[in-house]
Amino acid sequence: MTKPKVATTSLAGCFGCHMSILDIDDRILKLVELIDFNKSPVTDIKKFSERCLVGLVEGGCCNEENVHVLQDFRKNCDVLISVGDCAIMGGIPAMRNGISLKECFQEAYQDGVTVYNPSGKIPSDKELPLLLDKVYPCSAIVKMDYHMPGCPPSADTIWETLVALLTNKPLDLPYELIKYD
Amino acid sequence: MTANKITIEPVTRVEGHGKVTIHLDDNKQVTDAKLHIVEFRGFERFIQGRPFWEVPVTIQRLCGICPVSHHLAAAKAMDIIVGVDKLTPTAEKMRRLMHYGQMYQSHALHFFHLCSPDLLFGFDADVAIRNVVGVAAKYPELAVQGVMMRKYGQEIIKATAGKKIHGTGAIPGGINKNLSIAERDEFLKDLDQQMEWAKGALKIAKDYTVENIGLAKEFANFESSHLSLIREDGAMDLYHGNLRAIDKDGNKIFDQVDYQGYHNYIAEEVRDWSYMKFPFIKSIGNEDGWYRVGPLSRVNTADFIDTPMAEEARKEFMAVTDGKPNNLTLAYHWARMIELLHSAEKIKELLNDADLQGEDLVVKGHRREEGVGLIEAPRGTLFHHYKVNEDDQVTMCNLIVSTTSNNEPMNRAVASVAKKYLSGVEITEGLLNHVEVAIRAYDPCLSCATHALGRMPLEVSVIDDSGNVLDRKSTR
Ligand code: SF4
Repeated sequence: MTKPKVATTSLAGCFGCHMSILDIDDRILKLVELIDFNKSPVTDIKKFSERCLVGLVEGGCCNEENVHVLQDFRKNCDVLISVGDCAIMGGIPAMRNGISLKECFQEAYQDGVTVYNPSGKIPSDKELPLLLDKVYPCSAIVKMDYHMPGCPPSADTIWETLVALLTNKPLDLPYELIKYD
Repeated sequence: MTANKITIEPVTRVEGHGKVTIHLDDNKQVTDAKLHIVEFRGFERFIQGRPFWEVPVTIQRLCGICPVSHHLAAAKAMDIIVGVDKLTPTAEKMRRLMHYGQMYQSHALHFFHLCSPDLLFGFDADVAIRNVVGVAAKYPELAVQGVMMRKYGQEIIKATAGKKIHGTGAIPGGINKNLSIAERDEFLKDLDQQMEWAKGALKIAKDYTVENIGLAKEFANFESSHLSLIREDGAMDLYHGNLRAIDKDGNKIFDQVDYQGYHNYIAEEVRDWSYMKFPFIKSIGNEDGWYRVGPLSRVNTADFIDTPMAEEARKEFMAVTDGKPNNLTLAYHWARMIELLHSAEKIKELLNDADLQGEDLVVKGHRREEGVGLIEAPRGTLFHHYKVNEDDQVTMCNLIVSTTSNNEPMNRAVASVAKKYLSGVEITEGLLNHVEVAIRAYDPCLSCATHALGRMPLEVSVIDDSGNVLDRKSTR
């Protein structure tokens, strides 16, 4: 029997949600018995090579590249889950939404105490992806099927959710796992 | 002339954070190679206006791989803001325990999950086995050790900070909890086992470097200055100290500098092609003033380490270069494992200290306007600098994160490897992995999390001047 496929990605997040996946510790060995990872940090698969049952997305969208990756995930996954507050509503990076991008750049590349920038230029090389005006939650770009809150969601929450999905059982999280700081 | 270009993208195992471009001339000789950091978030601007006491908790969302470092650097800056120059013993020791727990888990993660596949199987080993699943299949005990060491460090963070990722333990002027006897005993129970594993990891890293010293001397190798915090007596101190910078021969560029004035010594150059700036030592200038940070630099700058097993390991390490600074990029792994063992020794020292059960957690002082907090994060010296107005709002924030200081060194490593291994040959996936091995040695934050479970996915395109794709290779 072929195992269900799971894909994961980090967009405009801090990797904390991926670290929380790692915090399932030795259960990771059980997990790879239940599933195969497809496109993900877990594997060498750069492009989806098979359709996936579940896609886990960390982080919202802050540049055009994030948007492309997210659209690709929607196309290739049956169930798409926002993992963590950044994916659900932009999270801390979305604190820049009330401020113009220009001001953010000025602070980082012109006005900062330790900045050395005689030409005053802001990085703009064509190798750098275009930034979006705002940081967008994933659901503003594509339809997301489920949202797993927390910053990050705890390893137990991630584990219980995945197991429920994979075994087709209803998810019943105890109070401690749906209580946040 | 048609210039060709190879792009390695993403450099991380996760899309959109860093990429490498390699430029080739007509004869397929590498002329230039760059590591671009393609992410921009603007924390320094949007944190302005927020209440200062909230910052240690918010700002750590910069990075979920070593949030404790940001949490503590910000808390140290906010100690200054609330007018506290000395914490209670309980507060300082709780923070130290949190930090050594962080160092322990991060170094274990980097070594076992990220780098061991390259070291155990070879840089151009079969892609199918060159990842941590491959390690688990061939060396199951080692893989389990890696997972359990990381877990131990994470549990210490949870017990000191309240949560494994993005905790809230450190507050301006102190800490919000102590360590219960029950928590302490739980950690003491596993400590001997952890210590054995740490010694084993150090041995693997040391043997690897010694056995491959020829490779280490030619791979991504260059001389550089080194910077770190140092204790007043010259000992390695990962939580607190003054700034010391040495040149490639070990001569001091500056020493015992109070870091409240760091900006008189360090500046950062902006370059067009990367969102990450390029720090340099001001007295030397932007051309030659760049330096390295992190485990290699810390072992090089320290006069000694104050725990016995790590000190013995340091002496062995320094003997390889006759007491002079070790400038080998691949030696980062060995230095990192010396620190792993040092962290285990420090954890032991702290767990046996009754101050951790003290009740005196917070000190108050007279409010100040400006504060700087530095710490030695797993990847190197981390700078946080804030100004706060009388309404308690942050008005200025300047951050130099560890990986930024290694920006120029990583670019040099990339260029050196590209020129040496990719010039004039048929470029294979295994050869391209050499470029990533060089970047990985620095454990840069842009890739460490994504290295966590496997190998970087690579897509390489050879592109001509007008942007036409001449050839494309993908790892899968
Ligand atoms: S939700 Fe929190 S832990 Fe997850 S990526 Fe965002 S900031 Fe990091």
